[in-house]
Amino acid sequence: MQALFESLVELIRRTSAEIPEDVHRALLASLEREKRGTIAESALKIIERNIELAKQKSQPICQDTGSILFYVEAPVGLDQIAFEETARAAVREATKRGYLRQNSVDSLTGVNDGTNVGPGSPVVHFHQHRGSELSVRLMLKGGGCENVGAQYSLPQEKLKANRDLDGCRRVILDAVLQAQGRGCGPGILGVCIGGDRATGYEASKTQFLRTLGDANPVPELARLEQEVLNTANDLGIGPMGFSGRTTLLGVKVAVLNRLPASFFVSVSYMCWAFRRQGVRLDEGGRIESWLY
Amino acid sequence: MIVLKAPFTEASIRALKVGDEVSLYGTVFTGRDAVHKYLHEGGALSEAVRLRDGIIYHCGPVVMKDASGAWKVTAAGPTTSIREEPYQGQIIRDFGVRGVIGKGGMGEKTLAACREHGCVYLHAIGGAAQVLAECVKAVRSVHFLESFGSPEAIWELEVEGFPAVVTMDAHGRSLHQEVFEASKAALEARL
Repeated sequence: MQALFESLVELIRRTSAEIPEDVHRALLASLEREKRGTIAESALKIIERNIELAKQKSQPICQDTGSILFYVEAPVGLDQIAFEETARAAVREATKRGYLRQNSVDSLTGVNDGTNVGPGSPVVHFHQHRGSELSVRLMLKGGGCENVGAQYSLPQEKLKANRDLDGCRRVILDAVLQAQGRGCGPGILGVCIGGDRATGYEASKTQFLRTLGDANPVPELARLEQEVLNTANDLGIGPMGFSGRTTLLGVKVAVLNRLPASFFVSVSYMCWAFRRQGVRLDEGGRIESWLY
Repeated sequence: MIVLKAPFTEASIRALKVGDEVSLYGTVFTGRDAVHKYLHEGGALSEAVRLRDGIIYHCGPVVMKDASGAWKVTAAGPTTSIREEPYQGQIIRDFGVRGVIGKGGMGEKTLAACREHGCVYLHAIGGAAQVLAECVKAVRSVHFLESFGSPEAIWELEVEGFPAVVTMDAHGRSLHQEVFEASKAALEARL
């Protein structure tokens, strides 16, 4: 377990301090697009410097080190209880070392015990498969962007959103409008069409495990992703909501079955400080390779 | 880039307008959700927390103790300000605050208080925790560390060259309002 513990601490460190390459590339491209001499350009330059500094100093990109979400793909037979215990220990250690802020508060008493370990923190999602590979992905999702997420129940008369793809497009774009710069844009949207209130949000978040450049295998969804992205970037909200050319860096949409009575569209927003990493582990729990 | 040194005079704050980029020097006090609620409910502050003509920074930093036992800020970007909208106007008025640093902007009550009492909203770059931590040269004191926890405590920070943008000024202008209205119209035209 010692090797697994060390691997998970290193996964947390790298996730907190280093932006994934696909997101970094998208941010650099948005800096190119922004008009010279604007406050949007200044904002993106500071963001770029911040990315370099965090990596170089091995310190958090953003002080809100967020909800700690592990996604584990495991072979049949993995001891999930032991894994989760190790993950909790790794979170405590990463907090002591300052890779994570003391970020978990008892909702009833307001007490922050400074460990980041408690009910609901960290979250570990397990998914079994028949292969032999063990991989662990980690997402650190800050509160600012979490707070601008939204869930719509269709139809929505005010937004003229019916139960079809155009209705979905309308509510997703409304979420972008309402968020403005508050989610620390340029952001990335994870969307789920369908599901219930819990599974919809859940699936919208797992969309952030996809890389920005991947193509949605469902043609209608691929089109919807592109359309929402283009329209959002025409709105002029811009980095930090300062007005400008880049409002979103990407849109990822999933679909789940729904009940006849329900039609939820769940929208999660990820800030530019997109912290996601992953590792493939060998049998001893040592890091074999990085996934992003 | 306009250089601003705390504490401020009312005139220097009223001279600022939306879109100005500023570079801040001097003392800032962090204060976020717990602090705003506490002050709103009439909570007292020690004299060491000198908000008059000064700055409240909506920030929950990562602060570590170094080998010598001194505090060191290792990450210090802004948090979302709109949550303090119910309280901010009153705190600007009662404590004579001249600058509020945060991100995402605030609402009409705060904008009115800025105009009435001579205060501005300074937008820092959300997520830029390292660039902004580099601007923190010293931690002078901490208050409510035990009761509110580290991210929610009041940290007295000495900053140099802290970059921010005026997005709400003392003349009733708000960049946030303007961008919202413009983007709403742009979206309606595209639906």
